[in-house]
Amino acid sequence: MFKNKWGPVLLILALGLVLVAAGCGGKEPAKSGEKVIKVGLVAPLTGDVQSFGEYTKNGFLLALEEAGYKAGDYKIEPVIVDDRNDANEGANVATKLVSQDKVKAIIGPVTTRSAIPVSDIANSNKVVMIASTATNEKVTVADGKRKEYVFRACFIDPFQGTIGAKFALDTLKAKTAAVLYDQTNDYTIGLANYFKDNFTKGGGEIVAFEAYSKDDKDFSAVLTNIARKNPDLLYLPDYHQKVSIIGKQAREKGIKAIFLGGDGWDSPDLDFATMSGGYFTNHFSADDPRPEVKSFVEKYKAKYNTTPEFCAALSYDATKLLLNAIAKANSDDTTKIKDILKDTKDFPAVSGKISFDKDGNPTKAITILQVREDKKYNYVTTVNP
Amino acid sequence: MEHFLDQVINGLQLGFMYALIALGYTMVYGIIKLINFAHGDVFMVGAFIGYFGFAQWGLPLPLAVITAMAACAVLGMIIEKIAYRPLRYAPTISILISALGVSLFLEYFCSLRFVFGPNYRVVQRPFEEVHWSLGGVTVTNIQVMVAAVVIVMLLMLQYLIYRTKIGMAMRTVSYDHDAARLMGVNVDSVISITFAIGSALAAAGGVLYAIAYPQIQPFMGIMPGLKAFTAAVLGGIGIIPGAVLGALIMGQVETLTAAFLSSQLRDAIAFAVLIIVLMVRPAGILGKTNPEKV
Repeated sequence: MFKNKWGPVLLILALGLVLVAAGCGGKEPAKSGEKVIKVGLVAPLTGDVQSFGEYTKNGFLLALEEAGYKAGDYKIEPVIVDDRNDANEGANVATKLVSQDKVKAIIGPVTTRSAIPVSDIANSNKVVMIASTATNEKVTVADGKRKEYVFRACFIDPFQGTIGAKFALDTLKAKTAAVLYDQTNDYTIGLANYFKDNFTKGGGEIVAFEAYSKDDKDFSAVLTNIARKNPDLLYLPDYHQKVSIIGKQAREKGIKAIFLGGDGWDSPDLDFATMSGGYFTNHFSADDPRPEVKSFVEKYKAKYNTTPEFCAALSYDATKLLLNAIAKANSDDTTKIKDILKDTKDFPAVSGKISFDKDGNPTKAITILQVREDKKYNYVTTVNP
Repeated sequence: MEHFLDQVINGLQLGFMYALIALGYTMVYGIIKLINFAHGDVFMVGAFIGYFGFAQWGLPLPLAVITAMAACAVLGMIIEKIAYRPLRYAPTISILISALGVSLFLEYFCSLRFVFGPNYRVVQRPFEEVHWSLGGVTVTNIQVMVAAVVIVMLLMLQYLIYRTKIGMAMRTVSYDHDAARLMGVNVDSVISITFAIGSALAAAGGVLYAIAYPQIQPFMGIMPGLKAFTAAVLGGIGIIPGAVLGALIMGQVETLTAAFLSSQLRDAIAFAVLIIVLMVRPAGILGKTNPEKV
């Protein structure tokens, strides 16, 4: 390719220069004497759940902007990184945040898959972390041991799966259900199991409990089996991309069951035509009449010109919780910040009043929504714990 | 019984999908003994161009498929020229690494925002799915279409390789590069044409895949590419009917495992079958076991 023997060397030098230039552009050095706390945001800004990442980033920046990028005497400097909804990438970017950027706190990650490894890194480095929407128990607890520095702004899967099963039995009057879940993802495994246990306990029958892998596109084998059993309900506890394609194939195989799922459904990228009529358990509804929700939705619409979903609301809540704790501690000592967070009582958040239990999980209400073909949701009900 | 047949048809659909990709792997391997790891990503590019064709530029489906095939044929030739030709006489490992590099480059380049973007896209099918019921067994028009395309391609390739001049040149090159060159065969252009044909097949496969499983994204080529490569090895890599046979077996094993054993074991059993077959027949099912000329 290269006629000149110096060609490759020059090319590499040129590339190096470009990279150095790109690296220098972004950062403004802090003014001397100013007290700064860096806060990292880990979110899937690209990849299969990119819409979650986008909303999470918006909610995070909205909360920071409202606070004037300040908490107490400290200036807050955000560092935003992309985990692509991948556990390895999450661990990589979290390590970078902790060791290179020296952040004192992390908001996110959005998904359980990435939040479990990131929470381990944050905790062992004494960095405060508030997961915005990762619902698996293992995010704040490992082998029965509490990760002291890790909290979250959302409810956890046992609650979501239990309410889902209760709703299926009591309101939808389902007697039989089939469950399909991703065997490589703790989020969907957790939801599937809690749904199964509680649905059976309540007198329902699980006619199929089937697994697939993250990259599977063809579900025809298990769906053909399920179609023969003709269940009342299909529980699909995965993210919007996956449930859209499973839902489509299920309908093509002639399955008439009602679809039910979890908070992973809430995205403008859901296939609304296929999934319309389905129900899912969620953290938040933009139609909720509470004043906190109204004012948040208005502010969000004014800034981003679109209606917020649950990721936006919860990353906004998580950021506010953190800013509040930093302001109260008025220190960059993460042990002090975490102690204040631990004692948070009835913090007025968009997604409900937040008080942490002994595992760093908030106790708050769950919202059930129904998918409509016109890309909107019907607000069905709110269930209190 | 009908239920079993239904599952066999599901398996056939998946198998034919793998076959579309496996044909390209096996062709390139047959000619230059190179496992073209970028093949799955050419398949992805084909799916995207086909999707843009019928969903955004408003082309009729056949024209969209032809556009995708032509674009990928060019892409295949460019890849060969830039990444493989300069290394033709380098150790095999260098070419293998170069192939992996091209694969990763295509995936990440295509996920840049000004190329295809990193997001998943829902493909609106250009036609409705139609179900036919044949004695209790359901067949869809998409399944028929996929099967027809694979069979036509298989026959066309067999004709091309055994009945045409360029096919004879390909067989000659695959036997011995240097001897072929001494006999006046333009080895470079034969290899280039092989890549063009293989990549065009991948593109057609990509468009069909996007129609059958209506969701596309820049990393969609990895898993089907890997499975198709496995299928090509299972059938005997370098042998064209072997690629189709291997792919059909992979599809059946996966589907029947998920349907009658456990959906959790699906991939584990599919790859276990590969290992067992290779232990018994190291060259694959249709492979010849005589020593390879290097």
